[in-house]
Amino acid sequence: MTRRRPHELALIATAVVIVAVLIGLPLATILAEAWQSGLGIYARLLRDPLELAALRLTIVAALLAVAFNTLFGLLAGWTLSRYRFWGKPALASAIELPLSISPVISGLGILLLVGARAPLGGWLEAHGIRIAFAQPGIVFATILVAFPYVAREFAAVLEQRGIEHEESSLTLGATAGQTFFRVTLPIARWALIDGILLCAARSVGEFGAVSVVSGNIQGITETLPLRIAALYNDYQTTAAFATASMLALFAIAVSWARSLVRGHLERRDEDAEQRAAIGASVAA
Amino acid sequence: MTLFGVTIVVLLPIAAIVGGLRGIDPATFAQTILSPRVLAAYRLTFGASLIAAIVDAVIGFLIAWVTVRYQFFGRAFLNACIDLPFAIPTPVSGIALATVYANSGWIGSITSRFGIHIAFTQLGVAVALVFIGIPFVVRTLQPAIEALPPELEEASSVLGGSGLDTFVRVLVPVLIPAWLAGFAMAFARGLGEYGSVIFIAGNKPGVTEIVPLVIMTKLEEYDFTGATALAVTMLAASFVLLLAINVLRRHMVSRQVAV
Repeated sequence: MTRRRPHELALIATAVVIVAVLIGLPLATILAEAWQSGLGIYARLLRDPLELAALRLTIVAALLAVAFNTLFGLLAGWTLSRYRFWGKPALASAIELPLSISPVISGLGILLLVGARAPLGGWLEAHGIRIAFAQPGIVFATILVAFPYVAREFAAVLEQRGIEHEESSLTLGATAGQTFFRVTLPIARWALIDGILLCAARSVGEFGAVSVVSGNIQGITETLPLRIAALYNDYQTTAAFATASMLALFAIAVSWARSLVRGHLERRDEDAEQRAAIGASVAA
Repeated sequence: MTLFGVTIVVLLPIAAIVGGLRGIDPATFAQTILSPRVLAAYRLTFGASLIAAIVDAVIGFLIAWVTVRYQFFGRAFLNACIDLPFAIPTPVSGIALATVYANSGWIGSITSRFGIHIAFTQLGVAVALVFIGIPFVVRTLQPAIEALPPELEEASSVLGGSGLDTFVRVLVPVLIPAWLAGFAMAFARGLGEYGSVIFIAGNKPGVTEIVPLVIMTKLEEYDFTGATALAVTMLAASFVLLLAINVLRRHMVSRQVAV
């Protein structure tokens, strides 16, 4: 290894200090505020029916959003990277739209689409289906904001990897299904996991869109992020930070998992090529 | 099938917003979007997002460079920390930032001694947006820096270029498309950001109130037409801005090819 030059050290030190102040201190504050009166706060929170209802809704909405967006992401990633068709760039932009729109505006769009006063919403309401200001609306909003992540990562990796392995698999007589599961998925496995992690983080933490469609009915349409805001605005600071700390720990887990996935992504070049080549011959 | 999914989940809600315009007469529309309170919110939202994206571009470059090019103890940890502003739910970041930068907080208590108040000021809005935007710049630049052969800088310094020369004449021209893309993503995220800003901003109408909050307030007052008018203007404005940045980026890429 070469000798470290002084400007290198200075740059590293500056970067470390910036990250520590900008990201480290706020994170440390959450834990400090949550734990200031001991860990008993968690036991108290977990006996609170409103807290439990919020936790349940958050988990259910996130699971549904991740499942839907993963399935859709596989489909969209496949379509975008393997077929050429008219309007493809427009379709790709449409998938990424939720990234550049304010969640509040996305939520408003849902409200205007399926709210009781909208034509579609009114019709659904007449048939006993309520979306806005009810739990299905929370799920819809969560799906919308977390929509692009899996599709993006999956499409990008398939694009970059090319099509040769799939072609050889198909030429050797494998069915399309075999090719997808034994060749395409192994190639894209880590990118797919990365996309799912991003999607999960976004789903669990969504606030802006969810708060528009929720109507803030405690115990029914309140997710954990909404509950944190409500507790904080109600001056129940410790409970707010304790709830926040649970989500922060989840975020730390996601960031840590992503760093493991990154390690695999860097190695995937040799690895996945080999695996896919084996897959192609096995599938055949 | 793909098209069907996108239409249901993304395009229909957006169409509903634009369709919501039909019910609004032009005079009411103009009155809503040109009211002093709304104009102040626009100024704050665009101004703070722009400043924050510029700050993110600078420190994001530094962080991306250091994490890609240098081996040091804790590099992987530092790199993992960059995901946190994205992974932490926005209201969690919001209450944390409001606490840290309040005059009694860890950072706020130091800056307030020098007369710099961050929480509940426009500066606080910018600080929250710097926090939320940083992963976009870093994660967009990192692959571009990885793809850059170190020989490029070596050649520049062997040929007598100073560190600054190498940076301005060699690195910036090659990295500018990725850099601009990251800047645009941070900027776009800032324009729409809600959860991490509202707690630190103080939300004083006309002073520290951002556009997404004005939309929210109008919704709480059941003023759907007002909220729709604001949302449409905001969509149009961010669309034009991002398009401009994209065109600029394409222009720079094509110029590079020409050189």
